[in-house]
Amino acid sequence: MAGAVFGMLLLFVFINFGSLPIKSEVSHLDGEQTFSTSKVSTEEVHQNQVPDTSYHHHRETFQDEERADPAELWTSPESRSQQYETPLVESQVEEGGQSEAPATRNGLAESGQPPKVNDRFQEELVIRPLLSGDVYSSFQFRTSWDTDLLNKQKKVSHFRLFPKSLGQVISKFSIRELHISFTQGFWRTQQWGPPFLPAPPGVELWVWFEHTVQDVDTSWKELTSVLSGIFCASLNFIDSTNTIQPSASFKPLGVANVTDQRFLRYAVLPREVVCTENLTPWKKLLPCESKAGLAVLLKSEKLFHSSFHSQAVHIQPICQDLQCKKTSWELRQTLSIVFDLHATGQSKREWSLFKMFSRTLTEPCPLASTSKVYVDITETPKGDDMIEVAPAVTLQMHAVVLGDRRKYMVYDLMTPEPYGSLRSLNILLKWKLQDSEEMLPPILHAERYVGGYGLQTGEIHTLIYNNHPFRAFPILLMESVPWYLRLYIHTLSVISKGRENKPSYIHYRPSKDRQYPHLLEMLVQLPPNSITKVTVQFERALLKWTEYPPDPNHGFYVSSSVLSAQVPSAVALDANHTTEGPLFTNLFPIMEESSYFMRVYTEPLLVNLPTPDFSMPYNVICLTCTVVAVGYGSLYNLLTRTFQVEEPSAGLAKRIANVIRRLRGVPPL
Amino acid sequence: METVQEADVSLSQLNESPSGSLVIYVIPETSGLLPDGINVYMGIYRTAILRTSLHKEAKMEELLSVIGPKILRIIQTVTFTNNDIKASMSDRVPTGKFTKESLADSMRAFKSSPGNYEITFSLLNPDPKSHDLHWDIEEAVDKYIQPFLDKLSGVANFSVDSQILYYAILGVTPQSLPHVINPVEARLGKKVYIRFILQSCALFFCSTFLIILTAPLYIKDQNGATVQSNAFHSPRWGGIMVYNVNEKYSDNNRFPVQVNIDTVRVMEVFLAQLRLLLGVQLAYVPDDFLMESPANQGLTDWELDRFLWLRTLENIATATTTQTSLAQLLDEIGNIVIHDKIASQVYNAVIAIQAAIAELEAGNLGFAFQSSKEAILASEKAFFDPSLLHLLYFPDDQKFAIYIPLFLPMSSALWEMWCQ
Repeated sequence: MAGAVFGMLLLFVFINFGSLPIKSEVSHLDGEQTFSTSKVSTEEVHQNQVPDTSYHHHRETFQDEERADPAELWTSPESRSQQYETPLVESQVEEGGQSEAPATRNGLAESGQPPKVNDRFQEELVIRPLLSGDVYSSFQFRTSWDTDLLNKQKKVSHFRLFPKSLGQVISKFSIRELHISFTQGFWRTQQWGPPFLPAPPGVELWVWFEHTVQDVDTSWKELTSVLSGIFCASLNFIDSTNTIQPSASFKPLGVANVTDQRFLRYAVLPREVVCTENLTPWKKLLPCESKAGLAVLLKSEKLFHSSFHSQAVHIQPICQDLQCKKTSWELRQTLSIVFDLHATGQSKREWSLFKMFSRTLTEPCPLASTSKVYVDITETPKGDDMIEVAPAVTLQMHAVVLGDRRKYMVYDLMTPEPYGSLRSLNILLKWKLQDSEEMLPPILHAERYVGGYGLQTGEIHTLIYNNHPFRAFPILLMESVPWYLRLYIHTLSVISKGRENKPSYIHYRPSKDRQYPHLLEMLVQLPPNSITKVTVQFERALLKWTEYPPDPNHGFYVSSSVLSAQVPSAVALDANHTTEGPLFTNLFPIMEESSYFMRVYTEPLLVNLPTPDFSMPYNVICLTCTVVAVGYGSLYNLLTRTFQVEEPSAGLAKRIANVIRRLRGVPPL
Repeated sequence: METVQEADVSLSQLNESPSGSLVIYVIPETSGLLPDGINVYMGIYRTAILRTSLHKEAKMEELLSVIGPKILRIIQTVTFTNNDIKASMSDRVPTGKFTKESLADSMRAFKSSPGNYEITFSLLNPDPKSHDLHWDIEEAVDKYIQPFLDKLSGVANFSVDSQILYYAILGVTPQSLPHVINPVEARLGKKVYIRFILQSCALFFCSTFLIILTAPLYIKDQNGATVQSNAFHSPRWGGIMVYNVNEKYSDNNRFPVQVNIDTVRVMEVFLAQLRLLLGVQLAYVPDDFLMESPANQGLTDWELDRFLWLRTLENIATATTTQTSLAQLLDEIGNIVIHDKIASQVYNAVIAIQAAIAELEAGNLGFAFQSSKEAILASEKAFFDPSLLHLLYFPDDQKFAIYIPLFLPMSSALWEMWCQ
């Protein structure tokens, strides 16, 4: 009995070891930063600290299709695509067929009075060879519609080019602006330079509601559910714990009469995986779907075999004319892909449309008013030609993109010229340089990682690089940290060149457990040629056991922090905008000659939280029950066992004899 | 009065009859108001004109005995017969026999629910490269569909919208045309989220499609005759009309050819289909009846009444069966928790059902319909309350799995002892 009790004790000790709540072998957190590297991206231009809508008016002036004022093209990317048939570029080019483009579209003009069409569709593809040997392709599809979707008196319900699903969502929820992006992979700014369309990994959604909306939170909740239905994404995971209202980082891009952040909602799901099921509904929003035009190239088997994939939808109101008395609605669908030299290109520095997309182009979308392909043929920093393009076309243009002067070869798909005798366009790019050339470091980029050790506290480090040799400029840094990382805001330090750099504006909203996240926005001046380090310590919270995801040891994501900046341009931006044009150059207007707007997303973080051993309760139950059963069994046995003298058992012969006797009905022996 | 139509108009002005009622005017045999062979005229309002022979000196009883059967016939036409009732409850009450037509009618229409109807007109253009299609749908809807829906506005909420889908290829051969719904539906992809928007109330979609084909396609009926409208419809889903572009365009015509769609022709068909989808049934009319066409409104007053009668019955039947199902469910699964909220919905539904029946008996059609609508709303809310789901699945095998680690070792020890 003593032995049994001792055994029980031993077992209980063992149980206690087995039920340690925290796993000790959690990997070192700093290792997580290798998960993704730095990312710099360019997006919208805003003024940084002061909510100012002046530029809206600026940009609004360029929405008029008829107005081909080259001076203003540069500021308004949306208008650019519309206007591109008219402006400068064509004037430089003498070639036949150009004039047919509008005719093809308006072929109906011949048969009597053409019904008034108030919506337009444009498509565009930019191919940019990267110095690393990879290829960056960026699609933009733009649908604009001269109507007021928010009109309460007369509901808009008859759709032509604009997708009905999105139009109904906008009227239903009174949305002023909607921006959603789905991104797989991370944009490597250091190797690839800044992108045309920056986006953080995962899903990013930000929406400006109309100021008539009474209950913004409910609308937001319903809207995310509806959008998750439209785009087949897990947007329903957006709730108050990951929604923020940035005070200055995200200003409306279109015509805006609201700049009150109460009507803004912003959320990122860094964990969301983007795949075919998100691409298919995105393609369905295009009027030609993927049946004609540039969209035939969008085949998922190739698109997702790439190192970076980002698709987005931007909806915003824009001005119809200079006076901006009326607004149109613009839907801009963008898709960017980077094909990897080694994974997709078999390490050969030769690319073609067919190799990238396994399709070639044969026709534009018949509903499009413009349909163009741009190939970046800019020389390397040393002045050599970087690539050779075939078939070569005479149409070329220059544009200042993200503070850099670029040269493009333009294929106008509305004309028969690019298709050649084969009636199919397969653009070939061949590198002249065989070795990767070092690219100039991007002027602004950032990286972020988690420091510290153990599972109790840690530190978020953000490094912001200003590589401009002599210009200092301010950036707006926005961090959104989930509540389970409790920021110690008193430990916040901003250090540039070894000295403290006091932010001139700080907006901080502390988190509330299980309700909303931390939001930190700071305006920091970056000294020239410097690295600014922003550090803040945090404590990891213990979650309730039901709050852990199914794979808790994977870690918890913290969404990318966002840098918005007005970056000084290396090339003077042409205030007269005499040479630039198309859609891709910038989503956002230019405020001044000497600087351009850039948005940079850092890496998302993956942080380990103290994680209980979830098999513990089961183990405890099993072991306890075994011990109880064995202990009880032996104890009971000991207490109730009695000893009796047993007669020796009968031999085999006797038993057989007894069986036979029983059969015979005779009493046994 | 020159014509019977004018008589109808002036008589209806004379006497504002409430919803659910019918005024029958009797005219002498000698009157020339009605054409030969026609004894009863049904106007577009709530009036009927009956031509019959009467003796001036006849007594009241005699008069009634002559007119009575005739009036009964009219009433049967404008209200409903037993068959109609059976058919409208065919989903709920599986027994009973009904005529083929009334059953078909009831299967065609959406089942009653006090929901919102979203009517979508979609124009499918399979080849935008060669055809540039235009339809003035906005005007057409205002002109033809809206008056009809305005008439039905008391029944449910309707919203109408339209879209154009390009490169929508049917993907079916003419023989398998009935299967066209699937590829078309794939292009819509709208149900998921719109249903979400209007979570609490049921929503139906009447999708009507106009398909444009370059190569002519004609729809024939079982006998092989070409269907005049070149359209067909799919029960409880919507209708499809094939619009052939007949234009002979010469070779020098540049593509895309502009085509303006004749909306009058299209809307005629869509209106008829809409009537079927919403369940406005065609009354069975004896030969000597003359019906006035409802003109632009698509629906006469007495047809609306007839529709409401049937709908009220159907609503009551649905609400009752929903309540019964809920009760059955509770009997079968004992551990469902019924919150006070659900209980009050159940009470409301029962009260509303009783009220509806009482109003029906009193002949107040409008009130009866409103009560039946309330009944169905409350009963559906109670039945589909999400809290009912929580305890629906707590099976015994899970309990077994939880306790087995305790009982298995213990029982093995006990079993050992028992053996000894």
